[in-house]
Amino acid sequence: MSYIDDQREVEGTVLFDHRMAKKGYGLNKMCFSFNGQVGRDEFSQDEAAYCDKFGLSEVQKKAILDKDILTLLKEGGSIYYLAKFAGLLKLNMQDIGALQTGMSVDEFKAMLVKNGQGK
Amino acid sequence: MANIIGAVTTSHIPAIANAMANKLEETPYWKPFFDGYPPVREWLNEKKPDVIVLFYNDHGLEFFIDKKPTFSIGVADEYHNADEGWGIATIPPVTGESELSWHIANSLVHDGFDMTICQEMKVDHGLTVPLSLMWPGNDYGHVKVIPVCINCEQHPMPQPRRCLELGKAIGRAIESFDSDMKVAVFGTGGLSHQLDGERAGIINREFDLECMDNLVSDPEALTKFSNLDLIEIGGAQAVELNMWIAMRGVLRGKVTELHRNYHAPISNTGSGVLLLDHEMPD
Ligand SMILES: [Fe+2]
Repeated sequence: MSYIDDQREVEGTVLFDHRMAKKGYGLNKMCFSFNGQVGRDEFSQDEAAYCDKFGLSEVQKKAILDKDILTLLKEGGSIYYLAKFAGLLKLNMQDIGALQTGMSVDEFKAMLVKNGQGK
Repeated sequence: MANIIGAVTTSHIPAIANAMANKLEETPYWKPFFDGYPPVREWLNEKKPDVIVLFYNDHGLEFFIDKKPTFSIGVADEYHNADEGWGIATIPPVTGESELSWHIANSLVHDGFDMTICQEMKVDHGLTVPLSLMWPGNDYGHVKVIPVCINCEQHPMPQPRRCLELGKAIGRAIESFDSDMKVAVFGTGGLSHQLDGERAGIINREFDLECMDNLVSDPEALTKFSNLDLIEIGGAQAVELNMWIAMRGVLRGKVTELHRNYHAPISNTGSGVLLLDHEMPD
């Protein structure tokens, strides 16, 4: 079935589709710039001003300042670019997983182990 | 006719590069993962492929969503890694195989796969981590790599069926290349995982093992899934299975499984290794 015919939603998941790609364009472009040290430094000096430079919406900007990953996803952030934002914050994927699921990092890691064992 | 001698599948997550950089291979967390690799390294050292066709996905290093190719192929003599934003040490340049790359590109476009053809291409962890894993100490400069990049980031993504067909077309292209070089194929990424959303942390061990079985003996069975099916069953990034499926398409002759390992979790993922021997089709 094509993407046009198959509009199903997957619980707890924001598909990075055309809607998100458009909505999150500036946000992702900013995070893409974190590939470079220059971009990371400029962001760290004045986070809000750097968000403005890329035309983030007020909701996106607040979510960046609050490190609110779930809102960033809903506002069009792609996890691959948000991962660069997370790296800048020195957070790894278990930290990000914990933030999104409302668990502690240890609880999230324990869930990974349980899932990995197929339980 | 170039000789396709076999294939390898492997995870490519950045955490592996970190573990190697910090010499964590023998720690209880990492050992069951790294224990899967010596047989693969031995095979590579013994068979000495001249060329690796490596399927991976770019995670926002070379390509941004300003222009996102569905399928792309590198045709350069050399490729470079670069800062991806989280401070993993960049690794030495990767050697290319321009002539065979162009041959494949020509053949693919003729065959209906309208590739983006790249003379410059920064290669990210999706390509570099597997090389570092197979040749510890980043001792891979002697092997020529042909990067084939599949969009796994932005929907619409190519479906599993299309990725298998891409692999088959690459197989036909290699078979028609007048050379006695030995080619191995790498499928990288996966398996089940989801990094994003309230559903982060999903791993589907049973499905991963079933996929590995099917990859060996019945790859067509995997084409019944759509990308959305894979996401529902194995998590949002389980679509990286498409690189494994494409790898399998290249092997149009007789396939024999030589080795496998599966371990989960590694970081947030289910991690599978397959080593496949391939005899060329008649
Ligand atoms: Fe990946």
